[in-house]
Amino acid sequence: MDNAQMDALVGLLLDENLALSLNELCRTCRLDSAWVVEMVEQGVVEPAAGASPAEWRFDTVAFKRLQVAVRLQQDLDVNAAGAALVLDLLEELQTLRQKLRRLEAA
Amino acid sequence: MEFKDYYKIMGLSPDAKPDDVKRAYRKLARKYHPDVSKETKAEERFKELGEAYEVLKDPAKRSAYDQAAQRWRQGEPFTPPPGWQARYETHAGDFSGADFGGFSDFFEALFGQPGMRRGRRGPSAEGFSTFSMPGTDIHARIHITLEQAYQGGSQTLTLTGAEMDASGKPADKTRTLHVKIPKGVKEGQRIRLPGQGNPGYGDAPKGDLYLEIRFHPHRLFHAEERTIFLDLPITPWEAALGATVPVPTLGGPVELKIPPGSQTGNKLRLRERGLPGMPPGDQYVTLKIFTPPAGSDAARAAYQELARLLPFNPRAHFGG
Repeated sequence: MDNAQMDALVGLLLDENLALSLNELCRTCRLDSAWVVEMVEQGVVEPAAGASPAEWRFDTVAFKRLQVAVRLQQDLDVNAAGAALVLDLLEELQTLRQKLRRLEAA
Repeated sequence: MEFKDYYKIMGLSPDAKPDDVKRAYRKLARKYHPDVSKETKAEERFKELGEAYEVLKDPAKRSAYDQAAQRWRQGEPFTPPPGWQARYETHAGDFSGADFGGFSDFFEALFGQPGMRRGRRGPSAEGFSTFSMPGTDIHARIHITLEQAYQGGSQTLTLTGAEMDASGKPADKTRTLHVKIPKGVKEGQRIRLPGQGNPGYGDAPKGDLYLEIRFHPHRLFHAEERTIFLDLPITPWEAALGATVPVPTLGGPVELKIPPGSQTGNKLRLRERGLPGMPPGDQYVTLKIFTPPAGSDAARAAYQELARLLPFNPRAHFGG
């Protein structure tokens, strides 16, 4: 093992096992829980599990969508419905760009 | 210190009306927003834009800036007027949306640091509390090879961002970080490093660092989730008769049995030879038949013999 590897910072990998409660999510992202509840109601994010806010679990996709939604609202004055639309289109765009890259490489 | 031409940054003339300023900001913010933009240096441009808008949207800040700009255009080196910061106190509430970590030295020389020069009235015991605000998060991409994703390891990256200097004042600084890459990461996954973001103000904690994993294009493989794809060139006789050939995988070469009667485009699966995980990914091998060139009389004769022995129309399904 080289030096770089020994000194390396160890972060938390936000993988498919991530399942944050509403409280954990709000603490981690410094978000207001009422705002997150509104984002769920407006369809910006969907909890991966749970029927009520106390039982909600958020996965890595929801986690990232919320972080982007915050910035879109703060920086571009996009409302919740607009943020949901932008996020859906961005995801589609990313899939298409990946496909395009692959086709161009082939 | 570098003079910042806020009008140029926003693509405006110095006599732009407040409505023009707002419209230009909206348009450029959409163009350079780091979450939306695919422009290079979008992050940098967006910060610059936020700073320019912070000044030009506010009549008091704008006129102060205009005076400084006029002296600068007359060839005087830029220096903030003496006692300027004392006269022009900024208030944290004036700074909306923009990234606190992102203002230039130029901005701070003119307007001070947001929220740092002056406390805010608060309900503390002294009747006065110092403004504090947590540092913002940093979002960055980290490019690794497929081999690094397969084996795990560490990667070095440099970040430019605000750092507290010895006097507790944020200054732009380049940081080098070694980050552990967990074995089996997928493209698009993020690593969260708490406390590695921008510094906070007052007693508030630092923000966090989020690193999004991206793969460098690989000479042979490409990955989708944990599945690895490889195109495998084979000869016509390997395809027709079947063969066992060595195939590269991320974990080293393995022997693959090609069944007789294979065709270009057929896919064979190497179980659990993709990126490690729970469960590990597979590797898919797509066969591609390559024909040897008919570069000699003997080769041409061999192809002609083949055509005579094996009448074959691969376009039969076209009909007609």
